[in-house]
Amino acid sequence: MTSIPAGRLIRFALLSLGALMILAPYIFMISTAGKTQSDIFTSSLSLIPEHFNFAENFAKAFAKVPMATLLWNGVIVCGLIFFFQVLVAIPCAYAMAKLKFRAARLMMVLVMLGLLVPIHATALPLYVAFDRMSLLNSYTSLVAPFTISVFAIFMFLQFFRAMPDDLIHAARLDGMSELGIVARVIVPNAWPAVTAFAIFSVVAHWNDLYWPLIVVSKQAYATPPLGLMYFRAAEAGDDYGALMAATLIITLPLVVAFLFAQKRFVEGITMTGLKG
Amino acid sequence: MSSIVLAGRASDAAALHRRSEDRAAWLLAAPAIVLLLLFVLLPVVAVIFLGFTDFELGYGKFRLVGFENYAHLITDRTFRKSLWNTSVYTAIVAPVSIVLGLGVALLIEGEPRARGFFRTVYFLPVASLIVAMATVWQYLFHPTIGPINALLSLAGIPGPNWLGASNTVLYSLSIIGIWQSVGFNMVLFLAGLTAIPRELYAAAHVDGAKSALDRFFLVTWPMLGPTTLFVVTISITNAVKVFETVKMLTDGGPNKASEVLLFTIYQEGFVYLRVGYASAMTVVFLAILVVLMLLQYRVLDRRVHYT
Repeated sequence: MTSIPAGRLIRFALLSLGALMILAPYIFMISTAGKTQSDIFTSSLSLIPEHFNFAENFAKAFAKVPMATLLWNGVIVCGLIFFFQVLVAIPCAYAMAKLKFRAARLMMVLVMLGLLVPIHATALPLYVAFDRMSLLNSYTSLVAPFTISVFAIFMFLQFFRAMPDDLIHAARLDGMSELGIVARVIVPNAWPAVTAFAIFSVVAHWNDLYWPLIVVSKQAYATPPLGLMYFRAAEAGDDYGALMAATLIITLPLVVAFLFAQKRFVEGITMTGLKG
Repeated sequence: MSSIVLAGRASDAAALHRRSEDRAAWLLAAPAIVLLLLFVLLPVVAVIFLGFTDFELGYGKFRLVGFENYAHLITDRTFRKSLWNTSVYTAIVAPVSIVLGLGVALLIEGEPRARGFFRTVYFLPVASLIVAMATVWQYLFHPTIGPINALLSLAGIPGPNWLGASNTVLYSLSIIGIWQSVGFNMVLFLAGLTAIPRELYAAAHVDGAKSALDRFFLVTWPMLGPTTLFVVTISITNAVKVFETVKMLTDGGPNKASEVLLFTIYQEGFVYLRVGYASAMTVVFLAILVVLMLLQYRVLDRRVHYT
């Protein structure tokens, strides 16, 4: 038997300790979601509930929050945002990367400026405009400001620059129009960049609270974060069991997606992160 | 002679082709340009303009007030408090999450077996709904029934009223902020670490860098320069943009002890509907982001070089 070097042991211990601290909130979330009110008050440190109360807590969460509506809204809003972002960004990035485009430099300046401006900076005028057009509380107001993603343009630009020109020349010789090239040559070859961007986009918009909080005041259009906020406000007391159950349901979709597509996820973040 | 004519025709054709390509490019970029003007440039111009007005939502009329809003900002105690709190929060969250992120990345990099497992665990908070996890933290921090204080009382330490007391609330929020961003920084550092060529470590070894610490300062740290700069900028910007946890857990309280920049802007603009005044605050917020970006470029130009 070989002895494990002390250095490795210390490293492993440190990593485990850190991992435990990262996981603690999840462990308590799951444990508390299964506790009765009295359990929560008397034994906050025991992880296994004395009386299994999962069913009741989940029932309460589903009864008090229109969970299906929230998740559906989240899917619709994130889906539409992603769809438009890609639809708008790919042709633009292609034009900047592969065509003799005299405004390419100017576009680059616009993109760099755009990267600097978060929704928090444009929210006030956009809110006033949506209010004037009576578009508050609608999918339009939730989606429209994000249809343009300079970040997407930037990412696809990097990706397209690395693509060989021969493909495009061959397509041109075949008599394809530029739009045809984008649809039939560029898009099928851009999947790695598209999935990486999808992860970035969905995580960002599934989690966003700021903009939905501003333009939505009706539960019918609430996204998951907003719905959870309403639930917490309505449930004012200390019914942490039901609250943790609701939290668990809302956190689950993205976490499960992450666990399944972990490698892509991390690739996506590094790809988008490091080049952004 | 004829060859010159031919060449002239060819260049005509090339010019024609160039022009048609340019036209195609404009068409392809047109939707992006229109949306960029509509949803980014125009609103930024509008926010700067509104910052010079006394516009309030619900009132039809407004007038230009020059720098009145800005003059008011300087003496506004809430705004000053909020700038201060945002700075304190950033000064805690950014450095701690960067150092921890680097530490975890270095440890994971050297761990042969459980690498994938640890990477998943540390990254989990990035993929989780922060609004949801904030409510979990609220439970953990609960002064009477929360597990953290229960644990402390086991050790005989009286636990503080984490999110409920004005002298601890900002630190409690910082803990959540750090918990959330360590994994993100770790992933970025890991990408930077894998990009360092192995031969450099071998070379450093030959040159007499025997201990791990020597190798770190001789090879790892300088080679990580660009990554570190990027992580620093993104960590600071993210910390300056803290909003979700504050809105969910404290509403800026108690006693404005956790009032942060975006929360103050949100309150002024969207709750009290003083759009003009909130716009002036937004301009300050934008200015902070611009300064951060310029700093990044300056450092990038001067210092961060391989070798």
